[in-house]
Amino acid sequence: MAATEEVTLLDLWASPFGQRCRIALAEKKVEYEYIEQNLADKSELLLRSNPVHKKIPVLLHAGRSICESLLIVEYIDETWPSPSPLLPADDPYARARARFWARYVDDKLFDCQTRLWKLKSGEPAHEQAKEDLVQALTTLEAELGDRDYFGGEAFGFVDVALVPFTAWFHTYEKFGGGVAEELCPRLVAWAHRCKERNSVAMAIADPHKLYDFVLYLKQKFGAK
Amino acid sequence: MAEKGVKVFGMWASPMAIRVEWALRLKGVEYEYVDEDLANKSEALLRYNPATKKVPVLVHDGKPLAESTVIVEYIDQAWNDGYPIMPADPFDRAQARFLARFAEDKCNAALFAIFVATGEAQRKAVHEAQQCLKTLETALEGKRFFGGDAFGYVDVIVGWIAYWLPIIEEVSGVTVVTDEALPLMNAWFGRVVDVDVVKATLPPRDKLVALNKARREQFLSAAA
Repeated sequence: MAATEEVTLLDLWASPFGQRCRIALAEKKVEYEYIEQNLADKSELLLRSNPVHKKIPVLLHAGRSICESLLIVEYIDETWPSPSPLLPADDPYARARARFWARYVDDKLFDCQTRLWKLKSGEPAHEQAKEDLVQALTTLEAELGDRDYFGGEAFGFVDVALVPFTAWFHTYEKFGGGVAEELCPRLVAWAHRCKERNSVAMAIADPHKLYDFVLYLKQKFGAK
Repeated sequence: MAEKGVKVFGMWASPMAIRVEWALRLKGVEYEYVDEDLANKSEALLRYNPATKKVPVLVHDGKPLAESTVIVEYIDQAWNDGYPIMPADPFDRAQARFLARFAEDKCNAALFAIFVATGEAQRKAVHEAQQCLKTLETALEGKRFFGGDAFGYVDVIVGWIAYWLPIIEEVSGVTVVTDEALPLMNAWFGRVVDVDVVKATLPPRDKLVALNKARREQFLSAAA
């Protein structure tokens, strides 16, 4: 089928959303062309492929574009079901739970971390961001429980959705969000476990390089 | 003792809850509806959805799910020999999910902004909403419903607007959708409210108008 057609990923090195797609493609051993985007000067290809949001990541496959990282990961999983199925094919309830928790990462965790670096330290809104981040991390910690992965015994959809954010633990600490090893030790152990997979190790950002990047973002877009 | 059957925790005026009812009714699934008082949430709701504490929640044979978009996909897969809600092809599914996310993230925010504002801020919000709806409208070209000939996933997720928007317009004193500005949307509105499962579940108009009038007054006086 179309599975053999060319695959292109429009992305940005530091984006945890783009990294999800890179991890999924690597897990499925799909060859693709990676095109780094300059978001300060968006390419024709990006604007044409994602006219609604003009954001990365965008997956181009068989002449069509798919946007939104979680949708891209699901599309990858459905188009290349093996190896490494990310969502259980025959368990609608497990699929639904996985989608819920992946959305939770987007709606709660990403939102808190953005407020954490954008807002002015010391302000009540920043204090709230710190509290909300702790809440999000402890909720995810509880959801993981004693399991090896959010997918149970196998690396799956929620693991892909969350693992790029673990590179942000160092940044959270620097911005007063707390020490991950104390707040969510299971998540920290889980992150190490995931990083043993080549797909993850190759994709996720170096925490220190990421922190420098976030400082740059704060200087450019943060509250003055 | 295993809990059997289907329960929906919702709220009579909630567009998110009504989606779940539409999906279940399309599949011909019998369910018990529990109407929540959101100012005084039931112990059962909090137990079934501790992560976000929101309605709707679906409980199927004792297993809970939250997030209406996740629930609707689950219903489609759990009763997969019934009425097809999602498209069959992975790319079409990605497109459907993308549109639904766009409507949820952008359109809902714009509609809410109209509801809580007056004057210039409201005029801007109306313009925003019209832009969002224009984007959605392009997916209706040449079709009766977003799903094609039949009411499908995007119709289930976005269909609430067909009934709620005229009420928002009335309560907020604005016009958003007209035949001139958004002809395809307007025509689709008419088709949606005529669908059997929709007709069977819509809350009484006068009750909904009264509730939203009171809510708008609350927002405006809080902002003053």
